[in-house]
Amino acid sequence: MQLHHQKHHQTYLNVLNETEMKLAEAKDKGDLVTEIALTPILKFNGGGHLNHSIFWQNLSPNGGGEPTGALAEQIKMDFGSFENFKTKMAATTVAIQGSGWGWLGYNKTTKSLNIAACGNQDPLEPTTGLVPLLGIDVWEHAYYLQYKNVRADYVKNIWKIVNWKDVSQRFEKVNSA
Amino acid sequence: MLSLRLGLPTLFRTFANGGCVTLRNKHTLPDLPYDYNALEPVISAEIMQLHHQKHHQTYLNVLNETEMKLAEAKDKGDLVTEIALTPILKFNGGGHLNHSIFWQNLSPNGGGEPTGALAEQIKMDFGSFENFKTKMAATTVAIQGSGWGWLGYNKTTKSLNIAACGNQDPLEPTTGLVPLLGIDVWEHAYYLQYKNVRADYVKNIWKIVNWKDVSQRFEKVNSA
Repeated sequence: MQLHHQKHHQTYLNVLNETEMKLAEAKDKGDLVTEIALTPILKFNGGGHLNHSIFWQNLSPNGGGEPTGALAEQIKMDFGSFENFKTKMAATTVAIQGSGWGWLGYNKTTKSLNIAACGNQDPLEPTTGLVPLLGIDVWEHAYYLQYKNVRADYVKNIWKIVNWKDVSQRFEKVNSA
Repeated sequence: MLSLRLGLPTLFRTFANGGCVTLRNKHTLPDLPYDYNALEPVISAEIMQLHHQKHHQTYLNVLNETEMKLAEAKDKGDLVTEIALTPILKFNGGGHLNHSIFWQNLSPNGGGEPTGALAEQIKMDFGSFENFKTKMAATTVAIQGSGWGWLGYNKTTKSLNIAACGNQDPLEPTTGLVPLLGIDVWEHAYYLQYKNVRADYVKNIWKIVNWKDVSQRFEKVNSA
């Protein structure tokens, strides 16, 4: 947790801030080539900041169990059951090739829940249009010191600390919009 | 190119549905040319063992399984499945290719500088060995996410190129360059020891680069 927060997230932040500054400078100079060259760096580090900011809220020492209320109903509607949803999200997340994130997202068009995977730090909403509700970081730095190569055990255990209150809040905010 | 198929006798595997498929020429895990602790202090024994016995072994297992499924799909004329399997073949096949090169690229007796034809080519294409190292380190450290930094041989221009590939994308199928030296910067390659400081890992790895192996690969393709 400490390395993840103080080193990885902090680094995304530092480079994000630096990149936004360089973008503004390039724009002022009318240097479109540099502006465009900076965009993958903005996406990667900006995505890293967005993703991790959600992740810290998605987890809680008082987490685990099952969601209730409107979110629980929607999960039942879209996945058949909470167990089915967990199985599907775990499978999608564990199967990510390389570094990335598994997501439960809200599809504003169909007004339903979707499971999605994004590579690297590609942020969910800009990449897919889905509104992020719950993310699982499966970059190796998120689990390797403890779980080594056994990503599946990390994903299996993370349900014990999912903060369903936070996930529900995100859902209710976008579902009522 | 080192043959990765060690010509095992035909193996049979029975499926749950009672079918039987022949597994010929299964890929196998190459032995490391040194002990797990031989590359210390640059790369720890713990990393080497996990990297070889878990990560590389898993790519192999899935590669073999995928080749089998591909053959079955082809026999059934199931083109949809064949195509669906290709990213799994690329990822795991790439993982096997890449790591097989990597174990040979490193040596407890490595480090120093290359000599002979490779040294001359490096000077010609990068100005100096130091310039080459600086450039390759920068390219490798900057990889977003998981991937590999490579020194490769460009058969068209007959020169050396530095390239980065994401995930397990294998150098030659992806770029056409012939792989000479690869640096794995997936976090599993260094995290237990170097944590987030990828740059230190890449800085240290030069101490164990097996220039004899890299030169052999260069001379083989340069004279072709």
